[in-house]
Order: sequence, then C-alpha cells, then structure tokens
Amino acid sequence: MFTQEARDIVVNGLWKQNPGIVQILGLCPLLAISNNVVNALSLGLATTLVMTVSNGAVALVRNLIPHAIRIPVFILIVAALVTVVDLLMHAYLLSLYLVLGIFIPLIVTNCIVLARVEAFASKRSTWHSVLDGAFMGLGLTLVLLTLGAVREAFGKGTLLSGLDLALGPRAAAWTIHLAPGYDGFLLAILPPGAFIGLGLLIALRNLIELRKKEHGPHPA
Amino acid sequence: MTGSPYNLHVRYATPQIMRQLMLALLPAIGAHVWLFGPGILVGLLLCSLFAVGFETLVLLMRGQPLGFYLRDNTALVTAWLLALSMPTLAPWWLYLLGAFFAIVVAKHLYGGLGQNLFNPAMVAYAVLIVSFPIQMTQWAAPAQLAAHVPSLAEAFDLVFAGQGALSPDAYTSATPLDHLKTQLRTGTPMPKVMGQPLYGQVGGSGGEVVALMFLLGGAYLLGRRLITWHIPVAFLAAVAVTASLLQWHDPAQHAGALFHLASGGAMLGAFFIATDPVTAASTPKGKLLYAAGAGCLTVIIRAFGNFPDGVAFAILLMNIAAPLIDVYTQPRVFGTGGGKP
Repeated sequence: MFTQEARDIVVNGLWKQNPGIVQILGLCPLLAISNNVVNALSLGLATTLVMTVSNGAVALVRNLIPHAIRIPVFILIVAALVTVVDLLMHAYLLSLYLVLGIFIPLIVTNCIVLARVEAFASKRSTWHSVLDGAFMGLGLTLVLLTLGAVREAFGKGTLLSGLDLALGPRAAAWTIHLAPGYDGFLLAILPPGAFIGLGLLIALRNLIELRKKEHGPHPA
Repeated sequence: MTGSPYNLHVRYATPQIMRQLMLALLPAIGAHVWLFGPGILVGLLLCSLFAVGFETLVLLMRGQPLGFYLRDNTALVTAWLLALSMPTLAPWWLYLLGAFFAIVVAKHLYGGLGQNLFNPAMVAYAVLIVSFPIQMTQWAAPAQLAAHVPSLAEAFDLVFAGQGALSPDAYTSATPLDHLKTQLRTGTPMPKVMGQPLYGQVGGSGGEVVALMFLLGGAYLLGRRLITWHIPVAFLAAVAVTASLLQWHDPAQHAGALFHLASGGAMLGAFFIATDPVTAASTPKGKLLYAAGAGCLTVIIRAFGNFPDGVAFAILLMNIAAPLIDVYTQPRVFGTGGGKP
C-alpha cells in the first residue's frame, strides 16, 4: 500500500509542493484566518476534510465525466461537500462556526481544492487521490497552524485562546499565557502581520532548501 | 579610480548629502529642546544607537562591507526622522522596535540601501502607531503649558524606567491635531477650540515654531540643491488646497490651510520624508503628481481617519504608486517623437 509513489505524495503535500508556502495557493483564508491557533487549526482541518473526500469522490467518477464540462462538475462535487461540512459545523460547533464565518463556505472557492482535483484526482487512482487530498490539506493546515501560533504568540502573548469555542467552556482554562504582563503587539494580529509572517515562513523554507542543497551528498 | 564622466555634475555623494540633511534638521531639534524640554535628545540618541546597531548586524549577516555602508549615514538619518516623528519620552523598547522595523524590515528585507519600496522611518512609524496607539499619542506638552518639564536626567528615567512617581498628565498632552479631532467630535465649535492655550498663532503652541524650523532647514536643502522644489511645493500646496476646500465646505468642522501646514508632520514630511530619493517618484512631472497625492491624502486622513496624523500613511500610499507614476511620466527623449514635424 505504501509504495514509493505514495511516499512521494506524502512528502509533496507536506514539504516539496506545500500548498501554503510553495504553491502559494489559498492565500485568502490562509492570511485571514491565521490570527490564532484555534481558528487556524479548525479551518485547516475543515479544508483537509473537504480536500480528502472531494479528491476521492472525483477520482471515483473521473471516467464518467465528459472532459469538456469537467470543471463545473468538480465544482458541484466540492460545493456539495463544503455544504455538508458547513452544516455539520453549524450544528455541532456553533460558536466556532460564527467566528470562522464566511471562510467555511468559501472553502469551495479555495484554489487549492480545485487545483488538486483537476491536477491530481482527475487522472490518478482513488487511493492515491485520497492520500494526496489528505496530505495537501495537512500541509496547508501545518502552515496555517505555524502562522497562527506565531501571530497569536506575538500579538497577544497567548496560545490556544478561544479553545472553548471548539471544545466547550471547560477548555477556556487551557489557554497558555506565554508571558504574564505582555500587552501584545497588535500588528501581528492585524492583516500586515499575516503578510509579514507568511513572507518569513516562505523565506525560512527557502533557506532550509538552500542549506540542504549546499550540504547535500550530491551538490548540484 | 575616477567616476563616470556622466556623474561629474553630481555635486555630492551619499555621505555628504546625509550629513547636510542632518545639519538641516538641527534648527528644528534646537527649537524642540527650547520649547518642549530636552526629552527629544533621548529619543534621538536611542534611535540612532538602535538603528546603527541593527544596520551593523544586518550588514554582517549579509556579508556586506561594513565601513562603506555605515559611513553613508543613511541609518542615522532614518533614525533621526523616526525619532522626530515619534512622541518624545516614549518607552525605550518603542524606539528599539521602531528601529528594527525601519532598518531590518523596511530597508534590508527589501534589498538594502536604494532598493526599499517604502520609506523606512514611515514604515516604522506606521507599525508603532497601529500597534501601540496609547504610547504613540503621549506627546510632551509645550514647556509653557506643562506642569513639569522633565530635565535630561529625568527624561532618561522616564524612557528607561517608566513613569514612576511622575504622572504622565504632568508632562504630556494630546497633539493639537489629536486634541482638535476629539473636541470637534464632542461638539465644541471650531473658534472655541482654537482659542485654547494648546494652540498658538496658526498651529499648535510650540509645534508651529518647530514646523517653521523644518521649513528653514528645507529651504537650506533647496538652496544647496540637495532636493528639487517639486516635491515640497506640490506637497504643501496640495495640503493647503485640500484643507481650504474642506474648510470652505464646512468651516465648523475643519481647520484651515495654515493650521494643517503648521501642525503635525506636514513640514517634516514635505521637505525631509517625501523627498527621499529612493522611495519618491523621480521624473519632474512625476514628483509633482506624487507629492500632490501625498499632500491631499494627508489632509483627508487627518480630517476623516482615526489616527492623529496622516503624513506617514499618505507618504506610504504614494510610495506604492511612485514606480507606476514614473512609468507614465517619462519625459520625451530629445530628438524622438512627440514634437511637430
């Protein structure tokens, strides 16, 4: 089951072709919702769920879809799945749903979802498509989470604030206060903080790749 | 090695220009010390130290020649412009953060000297006013109005140790721009606001003299041909015209042209910040357009925005437009198209 190909799919999703910091796809939710850990993680996981199932669904029916109208059909499938996630969150995680607002329905327009469906799931086997959807989604979630953590830590001096929105009032006590008396650096929470943070993450990844190339066993 | 013959008409190199700029800022700094107390010197000193420190650090990290870049004094000029735009007697970490954003983020992350898209001092100011609105609006009160004018030693104490026994009410006040905005919002009519002791002949008490000294320094720069007339004239004219139009539209709600010219960072912005050769438009027609846009935006942001002054945001917004303005205002090269046959 875990052939070399499957392993490549995992590595591509998490690092080599990471949707957030290599393909730079889905910037709108990435920048807007990464202002704290809880928001970032929940949107990331919702997107991952949609990507996994939509990749699988498209791969299953890929031979039945006429080539000329494939994009509208893909959008319909993705939209149906997003509606399911939207309704589920509305039913079971109302307070979190209200915080994430329009960004849950907007998963349908997230270019990374359609990009993976079109570029991968419409051509490959179902198992590999599911794997690709899951790990591309996790790759995005990882970037969202890192950005969310950095912005929350600098901006408010906390981590996991707002956890009660997802897990009920008892979780409010789980918020980690990194430095008591820290008033927060508002810029990190505001939109400029998202752009600067993402830029630094991309730079960090490029630096790591550069170092790897320099010190690698086969210098290029 | 001699320079290119095409550069022979260039009268100064960067280090000399920067030294002249700092010289031109001295009258305003002197006026500030005289009218607001020596607190500004602490800010200037700290900003300079932090800025040069960050500059050295980044140059080392980038493996660039230290002596060459440090001698050009651009970091010092950025530091001075930042210190002059910030409230005096702000906590020390505010200067540190400002210098970091100016030198490391706005200057070196964009490629260093000559490559930055935005004016470093204004980026730092914008970051600070957005993130720390309380600390960034505690300005030193004019000496004649303050209950207590901190001496140089007290100023160091305030900057490094915080307020302690001294209440901030004793030595700070709102800037006239800020004060005017809150007073107008509470419904005080314009002439009554202007009659209060915080206001002087045309602008804020004390602040108007400092603005005059910036004008003097700017005139010196013009005289030495370190800047051309286009940017300051277009900037100040646009401020005056926009302010007059607003005042004509609703005299009860808007201050006039003279008040806007003499308060906040208008004069500093017109002569020392908007004229930054790296981030401004560079064609003559482009400079006029760029500076007029900045002046107009300054008054609009002051009149309708939430922040006390609009100069920094106006200049940053026009910085974005500068490359495009340059593309559309290229002068015709002599001997090519355009003319009559």
